[in-house]
Amino acid sequence: MELIIDGLRKAIEMILTGDREILEITWLTLRVCFMAILISSLIGLPLGMLLGLTRFKGRKVILVFINIGMGLPPVVAGLWITMLLWRSGPLGHLQLLYSPTAIVMAQVLVSLPIVTGLTSSAFQQINDKMLLQIKALGATKIQTIAILLKQTKIAIFAAIMAGFGRVIAEVGAAMMVGGNIQGDTRILTTSIVMEVSKGNFDVALAISFILLTVALLITAALTLLQQRRRVS
Amino acid sequence: MLKNRFFATLFVFMLLFLAACGNTESDQAGEKEKKTEPKEEPTELILATTTSTQDSGLLDVLLPIFEEEDNVKVKTIAVGTGQALEMGTKGEADVLLVHAPKSEEELVTSGDAVNRKRVMYNDFILVGPKDNPANVSGEDINAAFKTISEVKANFVTRGDDSGTHKKELGIWTAVNIQPAGDTYISTGQGMGASLQIANEKNGYILTDRATWLAQEKNLTNLQIVVEGGKDLMNIYHVMQVNPEKHDRVNSSDAEKFVEFMIDSETQDVIESFGKEDYGQSLFFKYTE
Repeated sequence: MELIIDGLRKAIEMILTGDREILEITWLTLRVCFMAILISSLIGLPLGMLLGLTRFKGRKVILVFINIGMGLPPVVAGLWITMLLWRSGPLGHLQLLYSPTAIVMAQVLVSLPIVTGLTSSAFQQINDKMLLQIKALGATKIQTIAILLKQTKIAIFAAIMAGFGRVIAEVGAAMMVGGNIQGDTRILTTSIVMEVSKGNFDVALAISFILLTVALLITAALTLLQQRRRVS
Repeated sequence: MLKNRFFATLFVFMLLFLAACGNTESDQAGEKEKKTEPKEEPTELILATTTSTQDSGLLDVLLPIFEEEDNVKVKTIAVGTGQALEMGTKGEADVLLVHAPKSEEELVTSGDAVNRKRVMYNDFILVGPKDNPANVSGEDINAAFKTISEVKANFVTRGDDSGTHKKELGIWTAVNIQPAGDTYISTGQGMGASLQIANEKNGYILTDRATWLAQEKNLTNLQIVVEGGKDLMNIYHVMQVNPEKHDRVNSSDAEKFVEFMIDSETQDVIESFGKEDYGQSLFFKYTE
């Protein structure tokens, strides 16, 4: 109990005194997670839309793989990306291993199936009659998509939040492909693991509170956007 | 007008993300330029090393000196010695700082590593529960291992192919015992985590002194039981990954790093490290 209070006190202290290292680590965590979820959304939303609205051969197979991907263990993603990026691997010449970019790649790999899968479920829920009606009213393709996006807004935000939750909580893959390098690829989750193995439980707890606060603020912001009523 | 509100919101959100990402990169670039104004962009050197050098804090003291002197950015990958050596044989690292002399020699023989130099030593110690169920003490590590095995006291092993794990297996081989069973707990984790498990499970464990001193405050159930024997020396070597065998290896900085580690000023830094916090050196100079 005392440890928790100590940790909390330390977290507040770190934030108030503007501990440079912890600020940098937090900032990097945010950058990496935003980048990953942005890429996942840019690819996953249209892809999910396509899979939800259209019917073509092989679609079900793709959906099966996406659904498996939703449960892809991050360490597996980490291992694959590591082998891909090794100097002796196929992308070795890019020298990306142990860089923030490598972490983003691993995080996209674990969050993309979630965003895609949840988006496609949302679009599959849309009533066929509504689609017909939209068509009947003479909407253009872009107008149709805009209306459908509005209809699925809540589900799309849920997909993004689920994806974001996955990437900000990620540690196994980030450790493997990032290497937890000080001032370079050390993010909040990997520093917690490191501080624990150093035996600095108070520091680890402090960082955990910072991580939770960050996750809370972002999820709250997204939830507010999701729940906002249309004013008209 | 408000029809596309959701669209607009989403768009703004995405732009914000982009802006946030874009900004940092330019900020960082700006910062870097400022820091190294007269110099060129620092070169990158990948150092694969054991967890003990990082967890003890030694590298936090040494690396900034090296980075400043030679305009190099060192990327430290702290893993078990086994994995560090494997990174060497694959050419995934440029320079290694490890402590498993026998396995290191294999790397030199196979031509994967060159320019191997002795750097420092400290010692291994056996720690165990305060009530000492196997009643072991003194300097003789072989006798202690035998007794622990005979009385079936808990023994925690890292089991991760690290330098410490290799050392421990060497001792078991020396006393002709194949450790097994419920009392032989293999954690598969680093030294710090394994010590904590030993603390919870009332087990004996072989550890390096540096990690023990750094963590002692959290390990209230444990004490040192065997130490000081000749067999317990823990020797660290630094070596370069052979650039002739592996392309893409940064050999010029790796060579500088080897030179740096055996430099007499660096050696003084190594030996004085930890004196203030622990009242004793965590590592001792030991060049050839």
